[in-house]
Amino acid sequence: MNKLVEHLEEVTVRFAGDSGDGMQLVGTQFSDTSGFAGNEVNTFPDYPSEIRAPEGTLYGVSAFQVHFGSKNIHTTGDFVDVLVAMNAASLKVNIANVREQGIIIVNTEGFDDRSLKLAGYVRNPLTDDSLSKYQIFGIDMSKELKKAFIEVDVPSKLIQRTLNIFALGVTYWLFNRPMEPTVNWINKKFKGKEDVILANVHALQGGWNFAEKNPDFRKQYIIDKSDMLPGKYRSITGNQAVALGLVVAATKAHLPLFLGSYPITPATDILHAISGYKKYGVKHLQAEDEIAGITSAIGAAFGGSLAVTTTSGPGLSLKTEAIGLAIMTELPLIIVDVQRAGPSTGLPTKTEQSDLMQAMYGRHGEAPLPVLAAASSSDCFDMTLEAARIALKYMTPVMLLTDGYIGQASEPWRIPEIDKLPEIAPQFAQDASTFKPYLRNPETLARQWAIPGMQGMEHRIGGLEKEDGSGVVSTDPLNHQKMVELRQKKVDNIANDIPELEVVGELEGDLLLLSWGSTYGAAKIAVEKMQAQGHKISHAHLRYLNPFPKNLGEVLHRFDRIVIPELNLGQLKNLIQAKYLKPVIGIHKVQGKPFKSVELEEKLTVLLSLENLKNWEANKSRQDIPVDL
Amino acid sequence: MKTIIDQIIEKPHTGDIHTTSKDFKPDVDVRWCAGCGAISVLSPAQRLMPELGIPKEKIVFISGIGCSGRFPYYIDTYGFHGIHGRALPIASGLKIARPDLSVWVVTGDGDNMSIGGNHFIHACRRNVDMNVLMFNNEVYSLTKGQYSPTSHRGQITKSSPLGALDDPFNPVALALGASATFVARGHDKDRAQLQQLLLKAHQHKGFSFVEIYTNCRIFNDGAFDLYTNAESREDHTVWLEHEKPLVFGKNKDKGIIMDGFTPRIVDLTDGGHSINDVLIHNEKDSTLAFILANMTYSEILPRPMGILQNLDSRTSYDDRVVEQIQQEVETKGVGNLEQLLLGGSYWEI
Ligand SMILES: Cc1ncc(C[n+]2csc(CCOP(=O)(O)OP(=O)(O)O)c2C)c(N)n1
Ligand code: SF4
Ligand SMILES: [Mg+2]
Repeated sequence: MNKLVEHLEEVTVRFAGDSGDGMQLVGTQFSDTSGFAGNEVNTFPDYPSEIRAPEGTLYGVSAFQVHFGSKNIHTTGDFVDVLVAMNAASLKVNIANVREQGIIIVNTEGFDDRSLKLAGYVRNPLTDDSLSKYQIFGIDMSKELKKAFIEVDVPSKLIQRTLNIFALGVTYWLFNRPMEPTVNWINKKFKGKEDVILANVHALQGGWNFAEKNPDFRKQYIIDKSDMLPGKYRSITGNQAVALGLVVAATKAHLPLFLGSYPITPATDILHAISGYKKYGVKHLQAEDEIAGITSAIGAAFGGSLAVTTTSGPGLSLKTEAIGLAIMTELPLIIVDVQRAGPSTGLPTKTEQSDLMQAMYGRHGEAPLPVLAAASSSDCFDMTLEAARIALKYMTPVMLLTDGYIGQASEPWRIPEIDKLPEIAPQFAQDASTFKPYLRNPETLARQWAIPGMQGMEHRIGGLEKEDGSGVVSTDPLNHQKMVELRQKKVDNIANDIPELEVVGELEGDLLLLSWGSTYGAAKIAVEKMQAQGHKISHAHLRYLNPFPKNLGEVLHRFDRIVIPELNLGQLKNLIQAKYLKPVIGIHKVQGKPFKSVELEEKLTVLLSLENLKNWEANKSRQDIPVDL
Repeated sequence: MKTIIDQIIEKPHTGDIHTTSKDFKPDVDVRWCAGCGAISVLSPAQRLMPELGIPKEKIVFISGIGCSGRFPYYIDTYGFHGIHGRALPIASGLKIARPDLSVWVVTGDGDNMSIGGNHFIHACRRNVDMNVLMFNNEVYSLTKGQYSPTSHRGQITKSSPLGALDDPFNPVALALGASATFVARGHDKDRAQLQQLLLKAHQHKGFSFVEIYTNCRIFNDGAFDLYTNAESREDHTVWLEHEKPLVFGKNKDKGIIMDGFTPRIVDLTDGGHSINDVLIHNEKDSTLAFILANMTYSEILPRPMGILQNLDSRTSYDDRVVEQIQQEVETKGVGNLEQLLLGGSYWEI
């Protein structure tokens, strides 16, 4: 049969089914295979917070989205081009985001009366014409799967379990993906269980063959390789990248790694990963609560470890008092906050950027600390190394912000060569005869680190204010002022030791889109598209939030209008307005989901409309704070 | 897996190891009130240190907040004055990271039983090798006199002017219930005995808990007089010694026998009972430890002092962490970082 072939630049595929249908697994396979095939990939798992939601229900739907293409894949995809729906509920939940004329592959056996009822369909959408604006491919997957196994001797129980792999095979045909990575994975995963391997490999091929032979599948889509830098790649989530970053940072600093943590979604993956790194000499304590998590890390830092605590919003709240202790004792410590939608328990599995103010100011007293934010899943690795470098060089706790989105989303990561990464040098005290715990390095203002075991440097530190230099407890008013200012200055000075803010696009002009953290991908794509359409708009992205890059003020003042998109109600906006006295237009989204780049494009288009410009010009002199979008 | 820390850990002490208690007295004024019980705990601790044979750079005292929290400033070792209630997790993190250190915690009845209560029960069961000295004065002193989780019902304090309504914890029973392996009780009026208890706590491998009755001159003066003053303590306390009978009284004329599971006082002079009938203490018997601990608030029975329990059956948590790492390295080899970064599957471009 002659099939048509169409070349596409990028595609978004979403696998959706019941929690038990194995959608996360096939999504991951599709994504790894696409990376292997040389595409850029960005993925996001979307699963219910119920552990075992009742079968067939709307709230039991689990999905995995893969956005891949030949260039510029920085988000998980705004709209779905291909939806694989294993039952009625998963169609119902996901249809809204499928683009017109998009492909929907459904398992028709998931549309019996009971399933339709559970999904809240009055009529069967497959037969009532309501899906006419999509290309529907209905497959009775169990039936087709059985046919594929007619000549193969595998217990039927095993066959039924490979339904998801069959569906994967269909999508592999559709995008002409290589089978080899998944076949290798099956062989490795089920090593020793020959019949399971046979069932899975056969189901994958069965799916492919089905599409190949079926006359309804007329077209294959080809996505060209992207020109990525040569090297070894793997797919990585932000949480994995933090865990790896910590181990590498400890190695580079020649220090033992200690993690004190308490489980909390969506940060727990880091604890899971680290707890499996015993053969790298890593120690961890799953503490009784978040306070014990961070204070055990502070104890380990006092003893000379690269100490870390990982958490999400509610846990960060519990850690605040102890963060102040780390600031006062000037001990190196990394605090990773994988932000989630709050307040309180909020939307525990959903993303948000609403802990920024807490990261900056959420402590009593004047308690400054460096705050970093990773821009993407793979950037979590680099920013973890940065957090460790700054913590150890400046003897300070450092807050690293990621979020539920980049924490769980994956993208290809060019694996670094460890030897080529820079060394990190801890600031150990050298000379017992001159040692005082609060003598500072004149350049960095870091105090010296003397750890138990260093003879002649026995000293006592704690949360009480100390005399500058000697570290003896002091209530002297002027000394307190001096120490408060020193701690602030130490953090402010780090601005000289971080990269300046880069502007992409024209270096001055009307509009600058300023993003931070995980909004990077959507902001970058939106600006690039607008630029390609001839609009004058520039983009800059902040990974350092305290201190800000030292040229930030100057960059801001080169533009008439500053727009900050963030997944909160304007926290960075407020910081920038307060510090630089520059009005900012905020774009806010608090739906538990990341920005789509089209959402930003739409808002930017409004801003660039003539009417809006006129209005802006008319009011500019009044220096009013502009209205948010 | 060698790190810079290993060089510090392995570096031998140069010169003699400190031999006098003076070596452990830093050049600062002790700012506790004159006559404060805490002072009476400081000196046995300072005297014990040189006897341990451990160089002082390997000893760390960690405290929380309260009058007791000042302790680390007064002993010339490494020290960490933490935040209220958190001395135990700070110490746990340190000891897990640095099993080579001798780690001591000084805490108060509020610090350890109230705000730090959760950490306390978990520290007991986790069995990290450290020694916890809880200065129990049955009051919050640093905050100037409110009732604490060990204050008795009816106690008049600034925050209970009409009498406290809650019942107190029995710290040693709580520690036993939470699976602490070493549980003892001492007081501030007998320094030699206290020094002995601290030594035993140090020698015990694992979590050692010592409740110390510590008189607060200012906010709860005399709270323990009955049990600590030379005139009355013989009749109102029983000092527990391993494999020794529970005999007490000024003239050693009273004993404790077991009536079923209930301890009872008998007179050893009226011919009804002899020393042979008296209960023999066994610090390895945790069922007995519970029974003895529960004598604490009895109106009839003497208050048990000394070592209630001293089990040596369990390994310490910090040792288990090291063992787990060693086992993993033995079976799988030292971790290869490059391999770790490559992960399960990677591809080349
Ligand atoms: C988070 C926090 N809450 C409250 C306090 C105030 N505070 C300091 S010490 C203390 C009670 C101390 O009681 P205890 O542990 O018995 O110590 P003592 O002073 O009796 O030795 C309180 C409530 C504090 N420092 N920190
Ligand atoms: S207030 Fe009480 S506990 Fe505090 S120092 Fe004075 S006597 Fe000691
Ligand atoms: Mg007290």
